[in-house]
Amino acid sequence: MELIVFLVLLGLGYVFGRLSESRHYRSIIQREQVLRGVSVVPVKIPPPEYLRHESTLVCGSVVISVDYFKTVAASLRNIFGGRVGAYESLLDRARREAVLRMQDEARQLGAETIYNVKYETSRIGENAAKGLGSVEVLAYGTALIASTASK
Amino acid sequence: MLISNMEVVPGKRITQHLGMVQGSTVRAKHAGRDIMAGFKNIFGGELKGYTELLSESREEAIDRLKQQAAALGANAVINVRFSTSSIAAGASEIFVYGTAVLVEDR
Repeated sequence: MELIVFLVLLGLGYVFGRLSESRHYRSIIQREQVLRGVSVVPVKIPPPEYLRHESTLVCGSVVISVDYFKTVAASLRNIFGGRVGAYESLLDRARREAVLRMQDEARQLGAETIYNVKYETSRIGENAAKGLGSVEVLAYGTALIASTASK
Repeated sequence: MLISNMEVVPGKRITQHLGMVQGSTVRAKHAGRDIMAGFKNIFGGELKGYTELLSESREEAIDRLKQQAAALGANAVINVRFSTSSIAAGASEIFVYGTAVLVEDR
């Protein structure tokens, strides 16, 4: 009986996890094209041409959950060691999504670039002992907005 | 109030450092959300409830940071950093800190 439950959960996790992952990747790639105009630069101090710009903090965050299949795949991988591809794609999605949300906020403010971008990753989950529950990624930086006085 | 995570403010001169200011908040989501999150752990995908919760708490933390800075008489907070820690099941602390400064136009 337990084995059946396990296999059902595994199957559900695989199917729905795959579906949501590919849907998410499609939307990420599409929005990355749209938001390419807002450049994201992890440089501490902006060059002098931005001297007359206004600056403000922008951030974007996302919480993404693992699916059951990924949890099992990762715990198997823990035995043999090596790359845990299941979690790599999860974190990649979360980081790109967080940056996209930050870029979106900056674009709404009329900014053309974001400097000093930093990431912050944290684990959320009641079952922290059992493994990764869900992961939160926050991206933040300083948006530079061309002020009207500079034109 | 100008909030920035850079060490300098473009086009402005820092005239005075007023020390570190901080803001923090601990929040939890109601049990229904936690149960939903448990289901999501099987299917995968974004946990919208938690995303919302964390961005709300971040805003509140920034508000507290601004209040502290205003009490010191600052007009900007620079070098802002965020930090998140989950302190208990379903609750997380958002902490934000920065340097309160006085800036003036160059």
